[in-house]
Order: sequence, then C-alpha cells, then structure tokens
Amino acid sequence: MPELIQEPEAPVSSTIAPRKVSRRNMLMTFGIALNAIAGALFAVPVVGYIFGPARRKEMKKELAWITLGPLTQFPEGQTRLANYRNPFVRPWDGDTGNIPCWVRRIATDKLQVFAINCAHLGCPVRWYPQSGLFMCPCHGGAYYADGSRASGPPPRGLFEYDYKLEAGQLWIKAGQVPTLASPPSQACADQPKRCACA
Amino acid sequence: MRLTKDLAEWFDHRLQLGQPIKEVMQHPVPRRTASWAYVFGSASLTVMILQFVTGICLAFVYVPSADQAWTSLQVLNHQQAFGWFIRALHGWGSNFMVALVLIHMVQVFLFGAYKYPRELTWIVGIFLLLMTLGMAFTGQVLRFDQDAYWGLGIGASVMGRMPLIGTPLVHAMLGGPIIAGETLSRFFAIHVFIVPGTLIAFVGVHVLMVLKLGVNEWPMPGRIVKRSTYLKEYHDLTHKDGVPFIPDAFRKDFVFSGIIILALVFCAAFFGPFGPKGQPDPTIVQTVPRPDYFFLWGFAGLALLPANLETFLLIVGPVIGIGFLIALPLISGTGEKSWRRRPLAVLTALVIIISLAALTQLGTYAPWSPVMDAWSSAPVPPKLLAGRSALERQGAVVFQAKQCRNCHALGGEGGQRGPALDTVATRLTGDQLIRQVLQGRGNMPAYGKNLSPAETTALVAFLKSLHPPNQPPAQDASLVSVASPQTSAGAGKP
Repeated sequence: MPELIQEPEAPVSSTIAPRKVSRRNMLMTFGIALNAIAGALFAVPVVGYIFGPARRKEMKKELAWITLGPLTQFPEGQTRLANYRNPFVRPWDGDTGNIPCWVRRIATDKLQVFAINCAHLGCPVRWYPQSGLFMCPCHGGAYYADGSRASGPPPRGLFEYDYKLEAGQLWIKAGQVPTLASPPSQACADQPKRCACA
Repeated sequence: MRLTKDLAEWFDHRLQLGQPIKEVMQHPVPRRTASWAYVFGSASLTVMILQFVTGICLAFVYVPSADQAWTSLQVLNHQQAFGWFIRALHGWGSNFMVALVLIHMVQVFLFGAYKYPRELTWIVGIFLLLMTLGMAFTGQVLRFDQDAYWGLGIGASVMGRMPLIGTPLVHAMLGGPIIAGETLSRFFAIHVFIVPGTLIAFVGVHVLMVLKLGVNEWPMPGRIVKRSTYLKEYHDLTHKDGVPFIPDAFRKDFVFSGIIILALVFCAAFFGPFGPKGQPDPTIVQTVPRPDYFFLWGFAGLALLPANLETFLLIVGPVIGIGFLIALPLISGTGEKSWRRRPLAVLTALVIIISLAALTQLGTYAPWSPVMDAWSSAPVPPKLLAGRSALERQGAVVFQAKQCRNCHALGGEGGQRGPALDTVATRLTGDQLIRQVLQGRGNMPAYGKNLSPAETTALVAFLKSLHPPNQPPAQDASLVSVASPQTSAGAGKP
C-alpha cells in the first residue's frame, strides 16, 4: 500500500542510453528469433496432440458398419434393446465401449434403429411398450414409437442409425456419440422435428 | 532455546525472508476489517489446501482408467484403511469450497470491495470461482459412475449444439468419438494437473494483491471512492486508526478456519463419502442421472428453458454472464461502496441468489422428469377405487399399465410432469378427457395409437369418477344451458 502512494514522487530516469547496433544487441535479436522458432516447434505438436481427437482425418475413421446380431432376435412389431461394441475402442475402455440402442422392427425388412441418447441432452431414453413411448429420465422428453418427438424439451425426434440387412444380420453404421452436430444418420436431417422416415 | 535461535538466524542469514514475512504479518489493516464478515476468503484458502492434501491421498489408490476407476473407488470405500474417510473429506471439501467461495464473492460484492484499486483482484477472483466450479465438475467425472457417464453425455450434447465447430468440440472434450477411456484420462489430467496448477498461480496473485492493496475498508455510506483521493484516504485510515493484521484481524480468520475444518470432519465422518453410484456401463439404461448439488440449478435450468431459446442461451448465456462479472469493476469502479447506498446492487444479488436457490430446490425433486417406475411401484390409492364400478376399476388398471402414473400423481405418488389427477373430473368433462387422452396437448403425448376403444372407454370412466363426493364433475356449459331443469339440479347435488 505505501508503495503505491510513494510512486508519483519517485524520480524518473532520464538517461536512456542511445540505441546502438552492437554485437550484443544482435545476439539478443537472434535469441528472440531462435526461441520463437524453438517454441513453435515445441508447441505445435503439443496442441496437435491435445486436440488430435478433433482432427477431421481422425473423425472420418470413426464410423463403421457393425452388426447387432441375427435379425431373428428382433421380432416384428416390437422394439428391443440391443448392445454393440463400439468399432473403435481402447483396451482399457471396459464397459464404456459397449453402446446400447433401440431396434424397432416394423416389418420383415423394415426397421428403425434409434440411438439411446435423448436428442435434448443425451440421457438414456427408456422404451415403454405398453404406452408406446420412449421416456427420458433427465428433463422429461418423450418420443412416440417411431422416434418422433411427443413432448418435452427435445428439439427433434430420436437419432436414428443407418442400417442394412446382410445374410440375416442387422448392421448399423455407428461409432460416435450422437449429438445435434453429428447425428448418426443424415437421412432425416431435413426433418428435424419428426424424424420418422425409415 | 539458544540452539533454535541460532538455527533460525543461520537460515535467515541465507534466505533473508524473516523481515518481509514480519512486515506482511504486521501490516496495518483498517480497524473494522477485523470482522467476522471478512473470514470467508481465508476459509476458502484453508479448504483448498485440505483439498490438495486429500486429493493427493486419493491419487495413491485411485486408478484413472475407464475399466478400473469404479472398482478402485469401491476398494477405497471398503478395503483401504480410512479410504472412505479421505473420499468423504474430499467430496465434502468440494461442497464446502464452492459454498465458501460463493459466500466470499457475495460479501465482496455487497461491500463494494471490487472498486478502485481492487478491480483486478475481483477479476482474478472470477477466474478462481470458475476454476472452483471446474474442479467440482471434473471431480464429479472422476467419480466414474452412471451419473458421471451421463453427465459427460450432457456435456457432449451441450458442446454439440455449437454451430460449425460442434463435432470437433465434442471429440476434443471426450478425447475420442465416445465417452470412454480417453475421456476419463483427459478429465483426470484437467482435474489433477491443469486446473490445480492454474489455481495455485491465480490464488497467489489474488492474495498478493490483497497484501499490496490492503484489505478493503468497512464501507461507510457517503464515503465515496475517487481515483484521485482513495489511496491517500486508505493510507490515513490504516496508519492513523489501523491494527496489525496479526494478531488483530487474523484471530477471527484463524478461529473460523478451525470451525470450518471441524465441520468438514464432522460431515465426512457422519454422512460419509459420495457414491459411487452404479457402474459406468451405458447398457444399464435403468438409471436416473442427476448432477451434484452445486450443479442442480443448471440441471433445472436445462429442463425449464424455452426450447426455441435453449441453444442460444446455452452458448451465449455463459459468455454474457461471465463477461458481465469480469466487466463489473471496470463499469462501476468508483462511487459508493456501502450496500446501504447501492439498492440496485443489493436487488441484483438478491434476485440472482433467490433464482439459483429456487432452481436448486426444484432440481432436488425434478418435477419435470417422469418418475420412471411409478406405474409399477405406486399402487392406486384404495380411496380412489372404493365404490367404483367394474368398468371404472378396469380403467384404473389401464391407467397404471399405460404408465400414465409416471407423469400424473394420484394420492401424492407418481410423476409431476403433468397435473395430479385426484380431482381431474372437476376440471374436464368426459369428452374433453377422451380428446386429451387420444390426441394429447401441450406436453402430453397422444395415446390414440396405443389405446383400444375398450381401454379408452374404461380409462375415461375411471377418470370421470375422480372428483370429491361433495363436488360435482365438470359439465359442458353449452349442454347445460339447453338441458332440462332436472339435469341442472342433478349437477348441483353432492
């Protein structure tokens, strides 16, 4: 505190040495340039390392076709929970690498595969066959059997995976957590409110 | 004794810290600041130091790996000697620290302590608040259970709403495409290295500025802060009527810190550690994720925000809020300090505190969430079945079986998403009930596709019977006006 008060009275140095180009000045300039280059060479890989998972090249690799098992597991007219091992996991991922999804079989070869994550903020929705609704335990979102929004805060219907049937197996294209920025299927992107176009 | 003195002198001759430390200890502070109102900053610091101690202790055993973290917490809770107690201290310490930092902030705001020349102290303090909340959130993630897993899902969903950079942001936050091993490692590095390191640096600057600029004097109505005169006024106040920081002001800090540590130990011993709840296995979908206490207000806000403003508020809201807090001392850096002459400031603080408290209170019971198992766990109150016809009782069965109870309470049990239906027949006529059930409206989904005509008839018969014996059911006014006198009279009968 006292220092602050005394400050205005402190004598101002008036003898600033005239700037001369000397060997020492050169060395200082050289030092700044050298350290700037060294710093950049150090920092760029560090930043690249930390934000590596967000690189476009990495993110493209993260979607793959994966099987949910034989189609016979999913009886017509029912919606069932299915689990798959995420196509990209680390050895230490444990249970977190197992991802659930809801499979609704409408007809023999007509299905809908819904992400478990509520379109509002990603909580796990639960299917209630009696009332034909998906309900979210977090903020009260609800969806109809076809995944379209029924009520609550979700801005769109449930996220859907692209699927295909091959040799009696159900395959979906999955690999990343579905969010509004990256829905697993682009097929319904033009119908944000009612995503029931399977 | 002599030896101690000689040793101390030997060290001080080399370190030369004795004199500066003595000056800091005895620096004069305004007499009235030796007050119980000024103890919250130092108590926050005390709790922070305890958090470092217990945090390092936990790192002795905790395994920051997605497949082992939850198990290592179980070992801490049940096998490691005092493991449960260290976890409890760390968890309660987190709550204490957030609470103390918030109280400290309110006190500083009401006392105008952020004004000239202490603007930067306040701004650094805002960053300390954000880091404290950041520690609380990342710590909740390290308690790697179902709540942590789905909390991360909420975080990812919020990030995913960011335009253009949504997806890269989600992947950078999660350290990969899904919530998994690298997510936990990432949050471990943030919680254990990045934020604590920054926190130490910022606390150092914060405390240094308190020492350099002096403790804010007790605000007196009419004592105006002016840039030209304040420093001299403060200098006079401390030097003519000041007291040495140690012992005069320090005594209360010291006692209060002791009380806080005792309270912390008591809470830890009495209430025990937080969780962990269920395993972080996303395939267990029978879960009801909830955030920790100090994030309940945000949880409530996310449920109650108008849908069309949500993304905007999620992204722009924090920027505006934090921006305003940082800009505050730059906007009103001079003038009155006393809360008695700053009604708008007091009102603002009150509105914010009451809003956050109300949202937190709502968050504790989340009336907007369906009660996911009410349909199978809460029986229909016998009172509402007594004397009912077979059709009406069948309707009660439909009511339960179709999960209506998850959103509508009967006899105080069930969801609060929709209105309680104990007396619904006094509000809606039979026709209105049919329309509401089949077509839905507002927040109610339409059940037309999932109810057979027979089920609908039974359900509506049951709902029509839900009115108190002394209160008639609702009637269609247009039908009543043309009805015969008997019908009108009948409606009025108990």
